[in-house]
Amino acid sequence: MSETALSQPQRNIVSRLWNDKETRSVIIQIIAFAAIFALFFYMIRNAVINLEAIGKDIDFAFLTQPASYDIGQTLIEYTSRSSHFTAMIVGIINTLLIAVFGIFLSTILGFTLGVLRLSKNWLTNKLAYVYIEYTRNVPVLLHILLIHGLIVHALPLPKNALNVGDAAFLTNRGFFLPSPQFEFLFWLVLGLFIIGIIFSLWFRSYAKKIQDSTGKYYPVFWISLGAIVGIPLIAYFILGSPIQWQIPELKGFNYKGGMVVRPEFIALWIALSCYTAAFIGEIVRAGITAVSWGQTEASSAFGINRSRTLSLVVIPQALRIIIPPLTSQYLNITKNSSLAIAIGYMDIVATIGGISLNQTGREMECMTIVLLLYLSFSLLISAFMNWYNKRIKLTER
Amino acid sequence: MNNENTSAMNASIKPDYTVGEHPDLPPPSNTVGTIAWVRENLLSSPANIIMTILSIYFLYKVLPPSLNWMFFDAAYVGEDRNACRAVANGACWAFISERFQLFTYGFYPIEHRWRVDLSFVLLVVAVIPILFDKTPYRKYGLIFAMVFPFIAGWLLTGGLGLAPVPTEKFGGFMLTLVVGITGIAFSLPLGILLALGRQSNLPIIKVFCVSFIEFIRGVPLITLLFVASTMLSYFLPPGTNFDLLLRVLIMVTLFSAGYMAEVIRGGLQAIPKGQFEASDAMGLKYWPSMRLIVLPQALKISIPGIVNTFIGLYKDTTLVIIIGLLDPLGIGRASLSDTKWTGLSNEVYLFVALFFFISCFGMSRYSLYLENKLQTEHRK
Amino acid sequence: MSNSTKIGTEQMNTDQDNIVIRINEMHKWYGQFHVLKNINLNVKRGEKIVICGPSGSGKSTMIRCINRLEEHQQGQIVVDGTELSNDLKNIEVVRKEVGMVFQHFNLFPHLTVLENCTLAPIWVRKTPRLEAEEMAMQYLERVKIPDQANKFPGQLSGGQQQRVAIARSLCMKPRIMLFDEPTSALDPEMIKEVLDVMIELASEGITMLCVTHEMGFAKTVADRVIFMDGGEIIEENSPQHFFDNPQHDRTRLFLSQILNH
Repeated sequence: MSETALSQPQRNIVSRLWNDKETRSVIIQIIAFAAIFALFFYMIRNAVINLEAIGKDIDFAFLTQPASYDIGQTLIEYTSRSSHFTAMIVGIINTLLIAVFGIFLSTILGFTLGVLRLSKNWLTNKLAYVYIEYTRNVPVLLHILLIHGLIVHALPLPKNALNVGDAAFLTNRGFFLPSPQFEFLFWLVLGLFIIGIIFSLWFRSYAKKIQDSTGKYYPVFWISLGAIVGIPLIAYFILGSPIQWQIPELKGFNYKGGMVVRPEFIALWIALSCYTAAFIGEIVRAGITAVSWGQTEASSAFGINRSRTLSLVVIPQALRIIIPPLTSQYLNITKNSSLAIAIGYMDIVATIGGISLNQTGREMECMTIVLLLYLSFSLLISAFMNWYNKRIKLTER
Repeated sequence: MNNENTSAMNASIKPDYTVGEHPDLPPPSNTVGTIAWVRENLLSSPANIIMTILSIYFLYKVLPPSLNWMFFDAAYVGEDRNACRAVANGACWAFISERFQLFTYGFYPIEHRWRVDLSFVLLVVAVIPILFDKTPYRKYGLIFAMVFPFIAGWLLTGGLGLAPVPTEKFGGFMLTLVVGITGIAFSLPLGILLALGRQSNLPIIKVFCVSFIEFIRGVPLITLLFVASTMLSYFLPPGTNFDLLLRVLIMVTLFSAGYMAEVIRGGLQAIPKGQFEASDAMGLKYWPSMRLIVLPQALKISIPGIVNTFIGLYKDTTLVIIIGLLDPLGIGRASLSDTKWTGLSNEVYLFVALFFFISCFGMSRYSLYLENKLQTEHRK
Repeated sequence: MSNSTKIGTEQMNTDQDNIVIRINEMHKWYGQFHVLKNINLNVKRGEKIVICGPSGSGKSTMIRCINRLEEHQQGQIVVDGTELSNDLKNIEVVRKEVGMVFQHFNLFPHLTVLENCTLAPIWVRKTPRLEAEEMAMQYLERVKIPDQANKFPGQLSGGQQQRVAIARSLCMKPRIMLFDEPTSALDPEMIKEVLDVMIELASEGITMLCVTHEMGFAKTVADRVIFMDGGEIIEENSPQHFFDNPQHDRTRLFLSQILNH
């Protein structure tokens, strides 16, 4: 009776197939797949032709050849006769080093800034605001160059080094610090320290059990502090300070001995930390303000005191909001550390993706390695983040 | 308390006003005014007082020397560095003013610089209707904004009657604007497509979009720029000579599209299921329903994130110096090797920082303004 | 699929000319969960049907199958001669003819009331804008809120929003209206204004399927009341018989629960 029903069988087969939901989805996907595949195929074909034309191949054997360039700061043994592979490892370690140090410092600075932004004091609040806005709105590369310039220009040559208590010397060639030489007894102190950590972990759950069953409350924080810091410290002095410090000395134009931290590392470290701290500060502030005022009020209405309100009610909820964007800031530090190349700090990009690439002309191989390395860092951090989010969700129920 | 008691108390107080007509009194004088403000915001507790003292001390240590260096002890004119030093101990801004043209246009041929100026004027014309919804003839303005990137591309590179200018001549703030605005103009649509693809229920498209986005977000921009400058040409047909700036533009656009896609996906996820159902029930097909119902709402929710991505992209344009393009930072660093001006890196960096600060701070303020406006608009 | 549509059409032509919705042995699952079990329902042109039942009984799911917001996996649904299957053209045809009003209104918050009403006529029916706006104003007048036409949904009360939602559906000139608990999200004082509009609509001869717990509405308007529980149609009857003389124990229990408070 209705027109639509009668007209249906007359529609041709193409229209019928196209208008079937499942068939349409299959058709679109086949087209998409074909297009992507064709693009890849085309690009790889081009690459094969181009490489053939200039007589290159894809070969990772160059990694075992000597790198024949120097690296200023290495944590493992490296000379210019070491292989490109070793240079790459040095680069990875340097990237991770700056990432770890950067994460540590930016977290401290960031949380401080976040708290200052919430301060009732108008002046501190505004100072933190100005700092955050300035830092966030200027490119990180500029911060790195500026701070690097300041360090190199403001610090003296080694012969006029800034002397810190005859032990450390700040120069524009680097910071020369005493390096520790551990004696046997020191490992005993370290052992005590580890025992202290284990004890605190156990004590925390024990104290909770006691509190749950009897209501009695132990000052867990202070006892843990004593176990982790206090006892090893006392042991250290009783055992007669079993660390020898090797103090750097001026020989010729530069300092020898001790530990040297390159100005590039310092500049990159400070710049990345200050830059990221501004973002972390905003994240912390947003996280704490997002915990509704009602939560604090409810908690004070029970007569729970201020610090316990913070530690039991506000911080656990704020952390839940803060952690995900915080991890992505940590990831940003790791990725931004690649800007090290601008001031000559030898990280992944500067070693394998920079000098090694230029010396061997192996663009494909080097860039593939660099991309894969960064991808695996990112995947590791996001895997951790997903694990953490899942854990937090579980405790919610 | 019983009734008798209450009335007795009332009687003893004797109100000097008729009950029910209490006048509005001013608050006690110690709770308003400057002094009260200072007491409340700077001196409310011992900790607060300490904070105030520390802040003032910090300002005292930092502000006067910086201001002196930047303004009072600075030299504004001079032939070279030594001329500056002869006049003052502070900053040598003469350097910046002498090189100002270079900072603005790079090495763009002098006789063609009107084309850059014209593009900039057209840029302002194109941006105003996007920013302010009360602009007269906004509809035409928006259409113009859509074709603007192509007009500007033609004006700047030449061809079709204009003398061609090779992109190697691009530099300075002009280069920053070219990279930044191309990235912004093309990464938003691309990001929208990627976000829709990621939410799609067609598995192949979804997998492709997810892997693309995760790859882009997993690597630093600098490595992508290296890919653009070193190995991209291998993947192109033999003999193609692909402009370096164009390669950089493509990489920057793809890079921020990956981040844009995640921001917009957040917006898409925030839209209630009922909106999709209602538009389905009305018989709207996929694209009309996305265009008319879903995206307007999703984009509105994601404005702060979108602007943040823009700011990030804009700041990231500085990275092009690492592969040898001369943005203001690159121009500045190149100029420092001139023996006349050697050692003035702080001036260069601060000047470029000021430029970025103004642009980026402006963008973030605008995003705040828009957020507030949209929040009040469609609600009571 | 077109084969079965043909059978449906023939049957309609031969015996019951005026059946607009025909649901035949329809089943639906959410994963392992069997939500709708063997649903059989014929709706005559102009008929008013009220569907009730405890929450989770599948009543909403059933009426959402009629415009394919939900897909059924087995059986047959024919709406106005068009069978619902994976065929997107058919779904389009059905959705043009079937209006729907939701529990949470689902108005588009970024569009004004008027734009909400003209959107589907303009983009689906390809009506010229002016004509669509004129028609929208007519329907807004019928639901008694022409003065709110240029406001945004967020500026209206719940009752007003639901009336806009009704006007929005009517603008497509549907032959069938589906109501999915239209008053459940409203404050008590606003329920009446929405029900009044629905009663008026019913008197105009449109086919209505309404999931609701408003038993007063069912008594005044419905030609048939359907009681569902556990994904099955337990009982269907005229309102008079349904309320005065329920056949099934579960119906009696349900009625006693909702009427005695």
